[in-house]
Amino acid sequence: MRTSIIIVSFFIVGIVLGLTDIIPDELFNNNISFYVLCALMFCVGISIGSDSKTLKSFKRISPVYYLLPLFTIIGTLGGCVLISFMLPERTIAEIMAVGSGFGYYSLSSIFITEYKGAELGTIALLSNIIREVMALLFAPFFVKYFGKLALISVGGATTMDTTLPVILKFSGKEFLVVSLFSGFILDLSVPFLVTFFCTI
Amino acid sequence: MFKVIAFMLIGGILGYLFRKREPGYISKAIMILICLLLLLLGIEVGKNPEIIEGIATIGVEALIITLAAVAGSAIMSLLLWKYIKSRKK
Repeated sequence: MRTSIIIVSFFIVGIVLGLTDIIPDELFNNNISFYVLCALMFCVGISIGSDSKTLKSFKRISPVYYLLPLFTIIGTLGGCVLISFMLPERTIAEIMAVGSGFGYYSLSSIFITEYKGAELGTIALLSNIIREVMALLFAPFFVKYFGKLALISVGGATTMDTTLPVILKFSGKEFLVVSLFSGFILDLSVPFLVTFFCTI
Repeated sequence: MFKVIAFMLIGGILGYLFRKREPGYISKAIMILICLLLLLLGIEVGKNPEIIEGIATIGVEALIITLAAVAGSAIMSLLLWKYIKSRKK
């Protein structure tokens, strides 16, 4: 939670700086954020590749649970397709790109800003923050009405870190590996799916 | 734009090859880069009067998309959960 507050405050400080006209427009003409994004993805790659402890723990999981991230992807994208008829000013692919963040708001908003501009990027940021906050605040509700896997599904890409404590509390400690696995797969899928839906 | 994913894959291979070294500084670097990028996104939003004026509509749109995405995943996970429970019996 502390991390989320730090990240969001950087976004808010950025808005204030942008409003005050201190920052020259030339800063954005040379695509600086694209190079920072490449550096970020390089580091994300290193952290995933060197994380052998998490990779090893996946061997102990019952095969049927491997389907959970796939079900989460289908459910999320299905919901996005249905709701796109209520939001006619956006294309279906744009709404699916926003949904493909799976709560990983920092990365998905950065990607969508690069591909589709700051407006859709901001929608992605807000939408994916709301997803994470919903998982944290309504954890007991999801477990009660949608079963013990629902919280892991709603938590999406955040179930390896920020929402893991509430999953262990409300779904149960036996869901540790399922939660890590699902979060890991969805984490990995974010750059691929977001890029896909932004470029079609 | 697939360059960005290529950077992640190269990082992943390097990370795997050098996995014995504890990359504690990597998570710090990720955090700093994320904060920097969100600062840049914020500046871009602040400089764009159309987004600032439409921030209320943008928030509502974001909420609608999230509710649909969350409902979809909750329903799909319920189907999987029911299937798993029925197999155990």
